[in-house]
Amino acid sequence: MEFQIESQREIYRAEACELLSELETSLLALEEDPCDTEVIGRVFRALHTIKGSGAMAGFDDIASFTHDIENVFDLLRNNELCVTKTLVDLTLQAGDRIRSMLDVAEGEAAALAASATDITNALKQLIPTREEPAAKPPQTQRPEPEQQQEQKTFRIYFRPNPEIFSRGANPLLLFDELRQMGKCTVIAHTEAVPDLEELDPEECHFSWDVILTTNRGENGIRDVFIFVEDDCELEIKALDMPGLDENGIPPKRLGEILIERGLVSYEDLQKALGSQTRLGELLVARGVIEASMIESSLAEQEHLQAVRSKHLKEEQASSIRVRAEKLDTLVNLVGEMVTVQARLSQTAASIDHPELMSIAEEVEHLTAELRDNTLSIRMLPIGTTFTKFNRLVRDLSGELGKEILLTTDGGETELDKTVIERLNDPLVHLIRNCIDHGIEAPQTREAAGKPRQGTVRLSAMHSGASVLIRITDDGAGLASEAIRSKAIERGLISADAELSEKEIFSLIFAPGFSTAAKITSVSGRGVGMDVVKRSLDALRGSIDVSSRQGVGTTITLKLPLTLAIVDGLLVQVRDGRFVLPLSTVEECVELTREDVARAHGRHITRVRGEIVPYIRLRERFAINGERPEVEQIVITESAGGKVGLVVDKVIGEHQTVIKNIGKVFQNVDELSGATILGDGTVALIIDVHKLVQSVEMDQASIH
Amino acid sequence: MSVESITETSQYLTFKLHEEVFALDISKVREVLDFTSVAKVPRTPDFMLGVINLRGSVVPVVDVRLKFGMTGTQRSVNTCIIIVEIEIDGESTILGALVDSVQEVLDLDPNQIEPPPRIGTRLDTRFIKGMGKRESEFLIILDIDEVFSVRELASVGQTCEEPLLAATG
Repeated sequence: MEFQIESQREIYRAEACELLSELETSLLALEEDPCDTEVIGRVFRALHTIKGSGAMAGFDDIASFTHDIENVFDLLRNNELCVTKTLVDLTLQAGDRIRSMLDVAEGEAAALAASATDITNALKQLIPTREEPAAKPPQTQRPEPEQQQEQKTFRIYFRPNPEIFSRGANPLLLFDELRQMGKCTVIAHTEAVPDLEELDPEECHFSWDVILTTNRGENGIRDVFIFVEDDCELEIKALDMPGLDENGIPPKRLGEILIERGLVSYEDLQKALGSQTRLGELLVARGVIEASMIESSLAEQEHLQAVRSKHLKEEQASSIRVRAEKLDTLVNLVGEMVTVQARLSQTAASIDHPELMSIAEEVEHLTAELRDNTLSIRMLPIGTTFTKFNRLVRDLSGELGKEILLTTDGGETELDKTVIERLNDPLVHLIRNCIDHGIEAPQTREAAGKPRQGTVRLSAMHSGASVLIRITDDGAGLASEAIRSKAIERGLISADAELSEKEIFSLIFAPGFSTAAKITSVSGRGVGMDVVKRSLDALRGSIDVSSRQGVGTTITLKLPLTLAIVDGLLVQVRDGRFVLPLSTVEECVELTREDVARAHGRHITRVRGEIVPYIRLRERFAINGERPEVEQIVITESAGGKVGLVVDKVIGEHQTVIKNIGKVFQNVDELSGATILGDGTVALIIDVHKLVQSVEMDQASIH
Repeated sequence: MSVESITETSQYLTFKLHEEVFALDISKVREVLDFTSVAKVPRTPDFMLGVINLRGSVVPVVDVRLKFGMTGTQRSVNTCIIIVEIEIDGESTILGALVDSVQEVLDLDPNQIEPPPRIGTRLDTRFIKGMGKRESEFLIILDIDEVFSVRELASVGQTCEEPLLAATG
């Protein structure tokens, strides 16, 4: 029993945390637009749920505390109060307080709740005094007013006038509209359609039964038919929802009761039921009713059942929480499954057994679906993390007296869950740095001819098999000279070292560098960039800094999609097979011996007038053997522009799960992993960007 | 790890490289596979044979003969890959060792094992845990953790042969 309560509290904690972040997002939105009633409603609902489930899970302190805040928002909803910055501030604080109340043990929570009265008191002061301190009896007793009407199911019988088409109406559009209103089942009656020779295609002989579950009410439905109503038979009838009473257990059937009482055995019942003709069939056989009518009624039954089970599901948890390790195991298993399936398909094709092939195809289909689903479980949009930073920026800029706007884009970019989680801390560090060290005070900015308000831009985008996350500010930028002299002072570089700007910027990641305080005019917060670097290394990511003094700084994080499915182009060089991420591939062209001869030994070719340099994988990877008569150039696009990769043969597209090639090969930069092909052999995945880079570096060192 | 650390009877898997018999503590061995196709990883030393697919995992394989400075393994029906589980950098790692043939599993008492001679084995003594005596022949008991240690494998990826550069230049 105790265990149950504890697990209930655990569930509540998780739920409340989600609600609190939602609350925060809504509050920040409210600050932008104080009049948005929809957002006020959202805040209210979040508070209400926190309160309600809190009381159920035994968090009485939270419930009563939330109740006070909720009251204030109730007034807001009724337009008796206006949103002010103080109000948002207080509510945000209240949210934090609830969060800390969730974390501590029971006894302490009470103490926290007691100390929380300062917030509630402050909130109460905001309430205009023309009324007694907000809302005791009537408001609290009042049932939660539903924003929308209750869900109801209707049966709509619709028989348009045969000439409906000539009047420019299309019944199908009406149904589309109905479908948008809720769950909708449409059954067409076609008995009235005449034989082909008598059929006038411009007339409509159909009639329809529509079962619709919606919250718009009967009038809402009538509105849909408003333009055709005068001209057709329309019947709208509300249906009762059977069995939606307590616990949603349907009334027992006769047979079940008989078995329960031991009067009939299960087998006997089944036999009896088997010999019984279905009611519908019976009625049709007697000619009482048309078959399509029965069908329509059955569809109605089904619809009601579907709605009911959906209701039940919604009442139960809409999500379940699973340990991440379990998911990892699942993903691994699916990965192996995909490999085995590919072998099955290949074997089936080589044996040429039609039956086996059709099974293999089915398995292929299912595995693909299984894989996509499994992988998508782990992928989350990064947007949720981004929105969290709104709060950080807001609080920090207030604290530091700076005016800062945070803009985000690419929030829909999906990343693996673990990557997102582990990315949080580095991002917090970086954004803090931006605000603290990057963006100048408003006066300084004005003096420099910049707008008072500084901007921090947070963006995410896919780039090949990676995701790029950029943090851009329009602040002071990094002072490379200051960094340089600091580095010399600390003995990181020698005084006469010639460093490029990039190399100088990378010095800020040296351990202990940022804690060395005053690099520029700003103070070190003890937030080490080396920590950021280390977290990114752990994620197999990289970090890149570019900055112009006085203009701003851009920090780019490059993260691999470790578990993502990579769409790749499978190529072959002698008997080695490689995968190029399809996102980097532009096109494939042929390279003949004559082309090579024409270029006089230089590794360049012309693609529709454009000069494109190429890299021979055969040479780069030291693969011996004779080159084929005609080679293929895969033109790739990377940061440095177009580069061709010469291979023997392009095999085709290949969807793949990236496998880590392990520590042993960690120094082989040009490869980002490996994958297992249908025949069970291994193909290596090329990191095109790194490959091009390393060739460039080698060339630079030669010349 | 030296010969003194061997205090009780343990089992060893023996295998052949060329004409010599080597032994390996069986607790390190996960399984023995027939030779399968290996994908060579570019820009790695010759002894890194490449990677194989071990039921969905990608596992690196080392040609032990090349690693020990012998000529490369000639494939035959007896050629095997011994899958070993070792510690690299405190992390357990799976590696494959390509050998000419696998012989047997045998018990060796501590008194059947002697410390390695300092010279004469043509092998780096760091790799040898001890010399096992069996009837008239000697077995070289390998310290497989040392053979595949970070220091030994760290060279992977850094030793890209110079001619490559010239070819692309």
